[in-house]
Amino acid sequence: MATNANAQASNIDLTTPARLTGAEIMWATLAGEGVTQVFGYPGGAILPVYDALRKFPNIHHTLVRHEQGAAHAADGYSRASGKVGVCIATSGPGATNLVTGIANAMLDSIPMVCITGNVSSKVLGTDAFQEVDITGITLPVTKHNFLITHAEDIAPAIRYAFQIAKSARPGPVLVDITKDAQQATAIFDFEAAKPRPVRLHPMRKVEEADLAKAAELIRNAKRPVILAGHGIIESGAEEAVRTLAERTQIPVALTLLGLGAFPASHPLSLGLMGMHGESWVNHAIQEADLLIACGMRFDDRVTGTTLTYATNAKKIHIEVDPSEINKNINVDIPLTGDLREVLELLLPRIPSHDGAAWLKTINDSKGASAVRDIKNLPDDGHLYAAQVINDIWRITKGNAIVVTDVGQHQMWAAQYYHHEQPRTLITSGGLGTMGFALPAAIGAKTACPEKEVWVIAGDGGFQMTSSELCTIAQEKIKINIAIINNGFLGMVRQWQEFFYDRNYEATPLLSPDFVKLAAAHGIEGVAVHTRAEVASAIEQARSAPGAFLLNFMVEQEDSVYPMIPVGSALHEMIRRPGRSPLVQSPEDE
Amino acid sequence: MLHTFIAYVEDKPGVLTRVASLFRRLNINIHSLTVGHSEREEQSRMTMVCEASAEAAHRIRASLYKLEDVVDVDDIAQAPSVTRELALIKVAATPHTRSQIFELVEVFRARIVDLASESMIIEMTGVESKIEGLIQILSESDGRILEICRSGKMTMRAAEDDQSETGDDPEESFQ
Repeated sequence: MATNANAQASNIDLTTPARLTGAEIMWATLAGEGVTQVFGYPGGAILPVYDALRKFPNIHHTLVRHEQGAAHAADGYSRASGKVGVCIATSGPGATNLVTGIANAMLDSIPMVCITGNVSSKVLGTDAFQEVDITGITLPVTKHNFLITHAEDIAPAIRYAFQIAKSARPGPVLVDITKDAQQATAIFDFEAAKPRPVRLHPMRKVEEADLAKAAELIRNAKRPVILAGHGIIESGAEEAVRTLAERTQIPVALTLLGLGAFPASHPLSLGLMGMHGESWVNHAIQEADLLIACGMRFDDRVTGTTLTYATNAKKIHIEVDPSEINKNINVDIPLTGDLREVLELLLPRIPSHDGAAWLKTINDSKGASAVRDIKNLPDDGHLYAAQVINDIWRITKGNAIVVTDVGQHQMWAAQYYHHEQPRTLITSGGLGTMGFALPAAIGAKTACPEKEVWVIAGDGGFQMTSSELCTIAQEKIKINIAIINNGFLGMVRQWQEFFYDRNYEATPLLSPDFVKLAAAHGIEGVAVHTRAEVASAIEQARSAPGAFLLNFMVEQEDSVYPMIPVGSALHEMIRRPGRSPLVQSPEDE
Repeated sequence: MLHTFIAYVEDKPGVLTRVASLFRRLNINIHSLTVGHSEREEQSRMTMVCEASAEAAHRIRASLYKLEDVVDVDDIAQAPSVTRELALIKVAATPHTRSQIFELVEVFRARIVDLASESMIIEMTGVESKIEGLIQILSESDGRILEICRSGKMTMRAAEDDQSETGDDPEESFQ
């Protein structure tokens, strides 16, 4: 038992109940749950917990520079490893600083346990110094939360929190522990603190009749498409989805968070769908007669207007969360359960199928898109983000963990870095949290120290959490940072260009010299201005022993194409004008 | 369409907030909400009434089940059920005007539960329409309504084969 061995190394035996302080119980319970890494920031109301940390040498604590960074780091740790991420903060501002990171994990269904200290139970509710009602504040952005005022309740709450975070559709859980509960003592009994068995959602059901109907639809479909989402990764259903696709020759379109769940190089992979998906992907969805949605939720960035979404397609929705059924798109056959389990029930009913005609139709529809592709344009003296990201992909052979921020560079990364493996793209999908990349990359690299980790961030988002550079320096973490620097809040500028008469209000952005900023933290870096320098700069970063920052000074007014404007149909996209890589005027073809 | 949700919830601090917050988040107004102990130990029973589409009602039920403290959820839309509400109505009444109110109370099968020189309190249990009927008549009578306190609806599923209620108010069935 690895967990027991871990706890025993901390001189606290999980098998024999003993009297400990609440703070010790907290760490011992984490150790028992297999935790070896936490991200946090100390403060008054959590000091007893920090005081007890030295008794647990097998748990490494990474000190962040802002609690939001702790939440994002725990999030990135979880996404890279599949384990539950853990972050710790003090009461009041420490706790509220976590909130953005918790909401981010909630919207992307990331299992996390967030521990906050709170003021002594005797003064709860009195507006004591650094008191805030964090269980109230986080109620809508956690799967569940706990307010713990007694030492004996700590172990059961934390064990229950881990169970909730991991089970069904994963998500963040917050455990708020008052200072007096940390200081008091109680009998620690890890076994006795075990939660009751997971209560399955009673509306989760896979009807025999529905399985039969789904199988029949799949057998008879002429133009089917698999919609591959994040649930594939959470459920570990990569192989099952691949079997389904290969056996039936059904092409696979991916959501942003689904990237990596199906190999990009696979002949059946269509790539990213939705707002910035390639035209043939979205056209295939619009023309489909059957959609098999696997662990995705028909997000508005994926569907465009729902009124005209795949109107001719029957829809099978395989989803673990019953509240997602018919939420955004009405489906014909809901199969509510764990994706892998459902596919294992479905697959024996699906015979081999030849989908050559439909695949040829899709392939033919690619048409001029490849010509429009900016990475195929001759060097015109300008540096384009797509070229930078394409080179990072080429040089890392698609094997790196890419952690993006939010904005144009994120979409370019989704389009030009082709992921073969799950958990290699770490990106904020649902909440779209700028500032996510740098701290999340710290978490990812901590979880997978043997992997090459790249941050791809914009100049705007990077500045939101750039203080975490010092965390990287203090922890001596090897991360390669690519800043896609266009001097604008690029995605907002793009929207202003398309939809607000190019009124570039509040989007031109002054940045510090990022190379000097890195240097101030003892981190090497170079600025890159031309296409000719890109490859060697990437190699330089990779071969540097420590973290390395590349400041790519890219074309300022480039836009992400194609783009489906909000409220438009999935096939009504703005395309990159064919005659010039720079936009003269938006065209709707 | 009006939906009545019955939820068994664990009897813990904050449960009401968690349940109510779910309706708030969907921007759905709760018409009435009652909470009290149930036949299950350490579980309370809630009755919540709200206007919602079939899709929204499905989502409410599915989302309620996702709350850790919620054990069971039932959505009584058109199913056979018994619904009651309790109302306490304080009316101004002097010895001169009392007799008229006594008559009304008799007709409505309500009760006088407090009698003072200037006022009295009427207790009435029944379906919503009947309580509103009494309030309407009282407000048209000489007695002035001073206060109204209503419990909100409590609903229980009736047996599927049930043809009528066996209470003392058969005309209140099928509400």
